[in-house]
Amino acid sequence: MDGKRTPLYEEHKSLKGKIVNYAGWLLPVQYEGLIPEHNAVRNAAGIFDVSHMGTIFVSGKDSKAYLDYLMTNDISKLKLNQIVYTFMCYPDGGVVDDLLVYKYDEDRYFLVVNAANLDKDYQWILDNMGTYEVELDNASDRICILALQGPSAERILQSLTDYDLSQLKFFYFDEKIQVDGIEVMISRTGYTGEDGFEIFVDNENVVKLWKRILKVGGDLGLKPAGLGCRDTLRFEAALPLYGNELSKDITPLEAGFKFFVKLKKESDFIGKDILNKQWEDGLERTLVGFELLERGIPREGYEIYKGEEKIGHVTTGYMSPTLNKSIGNALIASKYAELGNDIEVLIRKKKVKAKIINKNFLKNR
Amino acid sequence: MNVLKDLFYTEDHEWLKVEGDEAYVGITDFAQDQLGDIVYVELPEIDDEFEKEEAFSAVESVKAASDIYMPVDGVILEVNDELLDAPELLNTDAYENWIVKIKLTDPSQLEELLTSGEYEEFIAEEV
Repeated sequence: MDGKRTPLYEEHKSLKGKIVNYAGWLLPVQYEGLIPEHNAVRNAAGIFDVSHMGTIFVSGKDSKAYLDYLMTNDISKLKLNQIVYTFMCYPDGGVVDDLLVYKYDEDRYFLVVNAANLDKDYQWILDNMGTYEVELDNASDRICILALQGPSAERILQSLTDYDLSQLKFFYFDEKIQVDGIEVMISRTGYTGEDGFEIFVDNENVVKLWKRILKVGGDLGLKPAGLGCRDTLRFEAALPLYGNELSKDITPLEAGFKFFVKLKKESDFIGKDILNKQWEDGLERTLVGFELLERGIPREGYEIYKGEEKIGHVTTGYMSPTLNKSIGNALIASKYAELGNDIEVLIRKKKVKAKIINKNFLKNR
Repeated sequence: MNVLKDLFYTEDHEWLKVEGDEAYVGITDFAQDQLGDIVYVELPEIDDEFEKEEAFSAVESVKAASDIYMPVDGVILEVNDELLDAPELLNTDAYENWIVKIKLTDPSQLEELLTSGEYEEFIAEEV
């Protein structure tokens, strides 16, 4: 199989990871199995190799102003060592990417972007730079990322460091932390709906760190976890995936993420006019959660019906491992988007009854 | 991977066990292993007619849905209802747990299927 390998590739193979090509990277979709790995993250902990994620440093005196012009969220409000979730939009309001912005300093920031969008994002940031005085550094090939996620994540990581992790708040980070003699940056972030950390480490040390964490976490129920459960976990927690819930053809407002689009922030930003108008005029489409009322599993791309009318499509769907129910997200015409409404999902040739429910499945279980 | 001797096979990883002019159809051990934890099985209706290579069932893991194709032309005589509430039986034993029983429309089509030896060679090349 062709594709790029993270420095952990041989570790994945030796742990019997089932390797797939994801966004050009050869990564394990699962090791032992998607369901046990999913449950480990919900009940104990899991560790993911997410070194495929893109990382870009943005520095220079106009960094803050430029990022505020690119991003829908308010970068000027970020505190030192704080992280914010945001979108970069096209002028028409469609999404270039969803990403995290880390603030090191008034004139130094760090972006973590989707692997599949890295090249496009980098080019987009270059192309819009104009007269802003900013320097970019694509660090993706030299930084590895381990995501340690689950209720036992803190206990596991704490056993390897003197740094007091209980002081590290959600969506904050710190650098130059020694973990078992290896210098890393740690953020309290993740993509699973559980507590946890993302650990940024250089290529040379990632194998050693991975093995140490797995070793000390083993007794606490830690499992290596693959891309398969990464998707089911984020889906249950109502975290969007670019390409499913978000795309160049779906605005963040339609996807239900108004909170991360600061229409009233001081700075102008790309896409603001259209997004503002869309918000004032009312949304034609809305992302909803739904639950099947009959047997079947909704899958990405399946059509949604109200009677004979096609009203949208499924963006993600699963037999949820945590809820043990068939649930999904769908982008549908707003007039049908009310909680409790009946809709139908076309599964192969059959329309299957479903009901609209809160899309934060995990919180509302 | 387990391949039973007395069955017919397809390159889509279905097996077929003939009894007179009737046959049981299921998915192979290799197929269940590739799919991973099976969480849902969709079954056809009794008396439904299918042509060879037509999808008659779907087997779904957490990750994906896979169509299951008819190895030969046939009419559905029985469906294995047990799989509706216990789809994981396909992971437990893919040969014991058949999906449908069919009446063969044209038994001469059996000659076009793979023998166990041919199927073993086929999956050896797949991994």
